[in-house]
Amino acid sequence: MIDELLYSPLFGVALTLACYALAQKLYVRTGSIFFNPVAVSIVAIIGFLLAFRIPHEAYVAGGRLVLFLLGPSVVALAVPLYVRRREILERKVPILLGITAGALASILSASGLAWLLGGSREVILSLAPKSVTTPIAIGIVEKIGGLPPLTAALVVLTGCLGAICGPEFCRLIGVRDPAAMGLAVGTAAHGIGTARMLEVDRLGGAVSGLAIGLNGLITAFILPLIVALFL
Amino acid sequence: MVRGMAILLIMQLLGEVISRGLKIPIPGNVIGMGLLLAALGLGWIKVQWIQEAAELLLAHLALFFVPAGVGVMVYFDLISAEWLPIVTAMVLSTFVVMAVTGRVALRLDRRRGADDR
Repeated sequence: MIDELLYSPLFGVALTLACYALAQKLYVRTGSIFFNPVAVSIVAIIGFLLAFRIPHEAYVAGGRLVLFLLGPSVVALAVPLYVRRREILERKVPILLGITAGALASILSASGLAWLLGGSREVILSLAPKSVTTPIAIGIVEKIGGLPPLTAALVVLTGCLGAICGPEFCRLIGVRDPAAMGLAVGTAAHGIGTARMLEVDRLGGAVSGLAIGLNGLITAFILPLIVALFL
Repeated sequence: MVRGMAILLIMQLLGEVISRGLKIPIPGNVIGMGLLLAALGLGWIKVQWIQEAAELLLAHLALFFVPAGVGVMVYFDLISAEWLPIVTAMVLSTFVVMAVTGRVALRLDRRRGADDR
């Protein structure tokens, strides 16, 4: 009976929501960006599964239900874009060129560094779209021949990193304009970075949402070409 | 709320149809975002119809990534065997992307004569 329940969606959804609710409370209480709710939830869930020797496959049934909501959420990013359309259209040139430069920098630096340090072909290909949002990155990796679930995990870890120190790093290098900051964080850290940017600044959050889609589109077109040429 | 949710899902569904039908490498939800933006711009859909549902989903956007992150546990062996290239490439590349994107956008914006504070 226990097994049947563990493998039902009920278990995975309950565990995910409980961990996330606690992680959010910790984030608000401590006010520390290092307690990023996504990162803390992932660590807590993995810890729970390992501690009780529950296989990952048991968690997947519920995990899929939570992940399902990512789809309509990406569609919903059209709303902040529409609401802020004037400010965004005013800056269309810096936005488009900034994201294109970032998408190229992402592919070349991630795969180049992994190659220099002796990463296997599978790892290099799985890392290449790490800044692109999960559903797009998985689609790209299926096409170029990496490991889609590894990519999904690396994408989320990248997102956590960008959410934890993105806005602070941007200020450090002199990127204080909210639109430019949102562009940088959204291009590097997709939806998880955007969630943080929505807390920092409204225009920055909207631009960050735009960067998720555009970086995904640009990478989906460029990466298969780069792989065909170099790998 | 229900109406908004239905509109978002229908847009995603239309996006999936286009993505699979035309075999475009772009996922249906991203095409759905484009369709919704176009429908809002053309006035076919009023922003009030979907605002509540969209705000609810976007307020919890980060939560929906958690299950994909938990998947990392399946690759503990591969990651511990190749931790150096994986961690270095992921971390450095994330900062490179932010620096390149942010500085390029700022430079072009400044050239246009905008105030970037």
